[in-house]
Amino acid sequence: MFKNIYVRLGLISALTTLALLIVLPRTPIKMNNSFIGLDTTIGGYNIELSGGKFKKDLRDFKKGLDLKGGIRIVLEADVSKIDAGERDIALESAKDVISKRVDLLGVTEPYVATTKSGDQYRILVEIPGLDNVTEAVNLIGQTAQLTFKQLKPENEWSEDKMFEYYTTPDSWENTGITGADLKGADVVVADQTDIQNQGKPQIKLRFSDEGREKFSELAKKNVNKPIALYLDETGVPLSMPVVSADLAQGLTDDPVISGDFTFETAKSLSIQIRAGALPVPVKVLEQETIGATLGAESVQKSFFAAGVGLLLVVLFLIFRYGRLGILAGVALFIYSVLTLAIFKLVPVVLTLPGIAGFILSIGMATDANVLVFERVKEELFWGKPKNLAIHLGFDRAWNSIKDSNISSLITSFILFQFGSGPVKGFALTLAIGIAVSLFSSIFVVRTFIEFANVRGEKKNA
Amino acid sequence: MRNLMKYKIWYLVFSAVVILPGIVALLVWGLNMSVDFTGGSVFRYEFESGINPEDLRQVYVQKSIDVKYSVRTKPVEAQRNNEIKEAVSAVFPNSKQLSFETVGPSIGAETTRSAFVALSWAVVGIMAYIAFAFRNVPKPYSSFRFGVSAVVAMLHDAFLLVGLFAILGHFKNVEVDGLFITAVLTVLGFSVHDTIVVFDRIRENLGKLPKQMDIEDVTNYSVAETLSRSVATSLTVIFTLSALYVLGGDTIKMFVLAMLVGIISGTYSSIFNAAPILVLWEKYAAKKKK
Repeated sequence: MFKNIYVRLGLISALTTLALLIVLPRTPIKMNNSFIGLDTTIGGYNIELSGGKFKKDLRDFKKGLDLKGGIRIVLEADVSKIDAGERDIALESAKDVISKRVDLLGVTEPYVATTKSGDQYRILVEIPGLDNVTEAVNLIGQTAQLTFKQLKPENEWSEDKMFEYYTTPDSWENTGITGADLKGADVVVADQTDIQNQGKPQIKLRFSDEGREKFSELAKKNVNKPIALYLDETGVPLSMPVVSADLAQGLTDDPVISGDFTFETAKSLSIQIRAGALPVPVKVLEQETIGATLGAESVQKSFFAAGVGLLLVVLFLIFRYGRLGILAGVALFIYSVLTLAIFKLVPVVLTLPGIAGFILSIGMATDANVLVFERVKEELFWGKPKNLAIHLGFDRAWNSIKDSNISSLITSFILFQFGSGPVKGFALTLAIGIAVSLFSSIFVVRTFIEFANVRGEKKNA
Repeated sequence: MRNLMKYKIWYLVFSAVVILPGIVALLVWGLNMSVDFTGGSVFRYEFESGINPEDLRQVYVQKSIDVKYSVRTKPVEAQRNNEIKEAVSAVFPNSKQLSFETVGPSIGAETTRSAFVALSWAVVGIMAYIAFAFRNVPKPYSSFRFGVSAVVAMLHDAFLLVGLFAILGHFKNVEVDGLFITAVLTVLGFSVHDTIVVFDRIRENLGKLPKQMDIEDVTNYSVAETLSRSVATSLTVIFTLSALYVLGGDTIKMFVLAMLVGIISGTYSSIFNAAPILVLWEKYAAKKKK
């Protein structure tokens, strides 16, 4: 299929064009002359397909904290008091709470993730563009606790005020009932005693004896009024059920939250409530204000420097290998564009070590070309005709290229597996770079050279 | 053809002489490790006029924080920072805290451990792959020796780099941080890559060249053949790195320098360490058999 040289050339150009469109930032194109009037922009797309099911934001590279600056906090979650089986749920819920708090800071693209290291449970928070670490730690470092709240006396309840109360934590007051009073929450199906909800999933709250008494009192006071279940002092409540009239005499059975639940939504709410009953105290393990290792100006400088470096490489190749060098230069350009496009598509978070991995892979891509060209030179030296020399050059250099690159790939897989954050970034860009470099130095360069030969022969004929 | 392998012992002696000062420095002074590895807190301040560091130290001592170096301390909880900031500005009204960073001791230990674990596995993986890829080298040569020789050359580069930074750490106060680990990894990757190309040619020539040529002749021939490729490839990487060093941002200078030194060392070690070690070892093994 790839025997036909024009098919191959077409494939390469199509791929390169596509990659260029992905890599380019939003660029306006204006042309106005007697032939064409053009006023449009290309690149920097933000793609949304089939109603938001497929989303790809290609407006910018994802930059790591070391390139953007910001703060990084690693929290240790103390799950020692929680049953082994429920630790993962508790950690996830603690993460959700922290995410919501971080969102309150109103910064773009914060990153919150959970990690497990041995038997330590951790939450990693990265907030770009912020520099007061103490303030951030005070905000997000508190322990989340499930609390049951009632409306403050001055707030009248009516259905049309529901949204206002839902979004205003200030309209509520504490009732003294917390997650500590709760033993669990389960999904149940309403039976025939509940005609209205029969067959629908509900969430049953199982209180401790003391908690049950407290809740019974609370329900009596709030008949036909809502009770809010807050997992955190801020944001919106997990749930805001209205106390039904039949609770006026207090509890006879475990209370249930009913509503328009599907089994999925009921299950997720019950998990959140259960997790809220398991407060996870967090402790700061590591915190860092990162004053962008490469501030904005420095990033530009470094990109410029990398560009100059690449140019020097191309000049060197041309100086040393003549026309072959020009082809290698073009291939190197295609290589860079393809790799950067993959970085943007995956997306790979670019950090300084990641850029180092990229530079190393450029070196290896060049090396593959150099290996082939040196081999071709040797074959020419032994008196082989040009076509054969090129063919042999590729064939015989392939062993070296294969072995050296596979060993580098193994290294990067191992580093990715065992390394920590920055080392992982390095390994990932290196691996992607090596894979693309094999494609570019073998497939692309070979196609170019064969194409140049075909044309040369035609000219001579 | 020049006989490059004639001086094989001297190349190894030269390498040993070059890495020796660094190893001594490493043993005597150790590395100037950043808090990434040791755990600790770093406070950075800016003062409008020069200050006496001792005065600043006193502020911390009064807060009963044990000061190790300037204002690098044992891990301090974030909540205490405001209190410390106030105490510092009470003594130095014109000061400004630039940054505050804390790495818990467990994370520091973990970073160090994971770096070593990753490195050890990488060494094992590379050795295993070379032993596998070179499994069909003609007898009596052994693919295992190829693998070990490549790894020894790679370790030479690692020691050179770590030693250099032990010296820089002592005299210039250059710190070894997470970025340095990346630089070392880059260099190791490049070094093995380079060595494999040379070894590959040796393997090819072992099957091709006349049987009466011994391993030394074959290696010599192969090194000579790949020399211009080795130099060309290294030059291209050196061009890129030099441009980054001269034109790039200040903050990555040390990082780029580490890579630059390592790449040069990596090229040298593939030709002048890996190949001679292989020759000496194969010859020794052959002699023992007789």
